[in-house]
Amino acid sequence: MARFVKTGEKQVAAISTASLPDIVFITLFFFMAITTLRETDVLVTVRIPEATEGKILEKKSLASFIYIGEPLETFQTMYGTEPKIQLNDTFKEIVDIQDFIAQEREQLNEADKTKMLVVLKIDENTKMGVVTDVKQALRRASALKIMYANVNVDKITLHQ
Amino acid sequence: MADIAFLLLIFFLAVTTLDTDTGLMRQLPAIPDPNMPQDVNKINDRNILEVKVNKDNLLLVEGELTQFSQLREITHRFIVNAQNSPDMPEKELVSLPYFGDVEVTKAVISLQNDIGTKYGVYIAVQNELIAARNSLRESLAVETFGVPYDKLDEEKKGAVDDFYKVPISEAEPKRIGEN
Repeated sequence: MARFVKTGEKQVAAISTASLPDIVFITLFFFMAITTLRETDVLVTVRIPEATEGKILEKKSLASFIYIGEPLETFQTMYGTEPKIQLNDTFKEIVDIQDFIAQEREQLNEADKTKMLVVLKIDENTKMGVVTDVKQALRRASALKIMYANVNVDKITLHQ
Repeated sequence: MADIAFLLLIFFLAVTTLDTDTGLMRQLPAIPDPNMPQDVNKINDRNILEVKVNKDNLLLVEGELTQFSQLREITHRFIVNAQNSPDMPEKELVSLPYFGDVEVTKAVISLQNDIGTKYGVYIAVQNELIAARNSLRESLAVETFGVPYDKLDEEKKGAVDDFYKVPISEAEPKRIGEN
């Protein structure tokens, strides 16, 4: 009968780590490429409404964001609980929108100025009065391309 | 080397936001120039689908209280006007690239809201209107070109858009329904 003969201590070969830097670098480049740095801190609570027909925002560099919603709890002592407009990092009023748009437009290069897009991120419980005022202000600032931000779903559940 | 790369990797991992923004694209009308003569081209009443959302978030289509779930169907029927009924939108003979001489609808949707309307409801209604139009464009694209609308090139997309133009207009805001 054949016998297995133990020939000394057999070592498990260590996994080569030579390729580790390569793998890490590839992952690093991947994340570097897809990263967009968060530019503003949102100071308002925004529950974005649901929709089924939303299109993906393709050129983020052309977009300016306007947030409307209840101020976060930490700001409520100062600003109350009524929906506020947030431009960049501060709470603003309707009259400031024109300046904001002019400023944002200034940052785009000449060819892109006409393609400027304003993304409205508005809480679903906001009353249309504020929204209409903002829309009118945008028309006055001739920023006519807008996008109502929404969450894409298959079926809308309406909370009336 | 690997350590530095790791540090960088962790940094980028931490700051990455993967969320993509989606939304409904709309074009606002330009403010009419007071010095220019007003456009007196009145749209025929039968061509307009009047959609209103009041301050209690109730939906009125052509003045009638309507369930939200029916809106898409109603809009669809309005645009198509299969029986050519006289109180539904007219059709107009135009020549379009890829389609030749075809009858296209002159339908317009007018969306109105009160000051007190909830934004979420307003968006839901807009979404239904856009969805009705999109589904018509989609089926037209599949019928004529055999490919879904998204896969068409810009020219063909434009032709399909012209076939079902159906502008969704937002009325000049009125200060109604305050409180």
